[in-house]
Amino acid sequence: MQELLVQYLPILIFLGIAVGLAVLMVAASLIVAQQKPDREKLSPYECGFDPFEDARGRFDVRFYLVAILFIIFDLEVAFLFPWAVAFGDIGALGLWSMMVFLAVLTIGFVYEWKKGALEWE
Amino acid sequence: MAELWSIYLWPGAIIVAKIVAILVPLLLAVAYLTLAERKVIAAMQLRKGPNVVGWFGLLQPVADGLKLFVKETVIPTGANKVVFVLAPMVTFVLALVAWAVIPFDEGMVLADINVGVLYLFAISSMGVYGVIMAGWASNSKYAFLGALRSAAQMVSYEISMGFVIVTVLLCVGSLNLTKVVMAQQNVWFAVPLLPMFVIFFVSTLAETNRSPFDLPEAEAELVSGYNVEYSSMTFALFFLGEYANMILMSALTTILFLGGWLAPFGFAPFTWVPGPIWFAAKISFVLFLFLWVRATFPRYRYDQLMRLGWKVFLPLSLLWVVVTAIALVAFGWVPQ
Repeated sequence: MQELLVQYLPILIFLGIAVGLAVLMVAASLIVAQQKPDREKLSPYECGFDPFEDARGRFDVRFYLVAILFIIFDLEVAFLFPWAVAFGDIGALGLWSMMVFLAVLTIGFVYEWKKGALEWE
Repeated sequence: MAELWSIYLWPGAIIVAKIVAILVPLLLAVAYLTLAERKVIAAMQLRKGPNVVGWFGLLQPVADGLKLFVKETVIPTGANKVVFVLAPMVTFVLALVAWAVIPFDEGMVLADINVGVLYLFAISSMGVYGVIMAGWASNSKYAFLGALRSAAQMVSYEISMGFVIVTVLLCVGSLNLTKVVMAQQNVWFAVPLLPMFVIFFVSTLAETNRSPFDLPEAEAELVSGYNVEYSSMTFALFFLGEYANMILMSALTTILFLGGWLAPFGFAPFTWVPGPIWFAAKISFVLFLFLWVRATFPRYRYDQLMRLGWKVFLPLSLLWVVVTAIALVAFGWVPQ
């Protein structure tokens, strides 16, 4: 356990330095540069008029669908990682059980393809 | 007191020195990648590119950086201020910390963890957060739509990248990046896994929002995508993060497929060149491909982009995982 933590310590320190650098750069610019805000300058980018409504309105449901599909397939990849690493130890049984798992997922994939979930017109 | 020094402070100082030794060349590389991009594209279009600031325009990145530094930081009134400022920092920090596990030579790595590939995969997935946060916090239509598009595109190609990485892992049998490189001593994985190499390279283009997949930045429809409301150093952080990500993805391509720091041939004149130089040369080559593609191909349409990711790359890479696994077992090539 101790050894494991020591292995990850450089990453933690790296993270600290990176965050420090990012904050320092923004803060230094805020201090050095002249700040002269006014109402027009701070309005959201639009074609020369005030926006009619809040930008956080409704958006296309397909983005949501993509997110859901992503979660399914990314989980699949997450399952494949340990399988690939242990591939030498698990033999034929390991291979064929993963093939069955992938076959089930492929059926799902074919279904969503046929249903048109992957169409963007 | 002496104990405190020898157990905590001295190793800590060494770690910090190593981090600085990674960060300084990395940030320099990012700065000069922007110049290289303009120079390469200019050459391909028979122009000169930046050549006024400094000799051959070599001080151009410094001038650009300084200009951004002294600009005013505009935070729109409707924006969610904390998230707005946090978003570019997230992008920048994630692009940097991924370098902690990249091996530059045998044993020349900051944190030689066992799950290096998984760490890189996780960090590059988290890049979406910076984009989404920026788009949502800006409270601007263009930024919001750009962020949505960008995020959908990044997660779509993330999946095929994952399958490609799994294929490589099958041939290596370890998640450690040093072992991934050492497994390529006989032949680089780009040769036996050529289709996967191509898919991976194209996916990295989409993952880093580079041309021809730079839809979030389609000027004619979305002005500049998710970072339209950003200015000054907050914009610079996005920019730096994006380019650092490009270099990171090139490094990952090099490690997974082009043999990392290994010389192309294992005999005399090639083995004299030190590993880190080979590594840097291969990264530069992949980066040149990034620029070459940008100068050559027109932009994809959004439906074409999604079709390529979901209907071509995903089935193909999934199939290749299966083929590789069965081939490894059938020919008895499974790594032990």
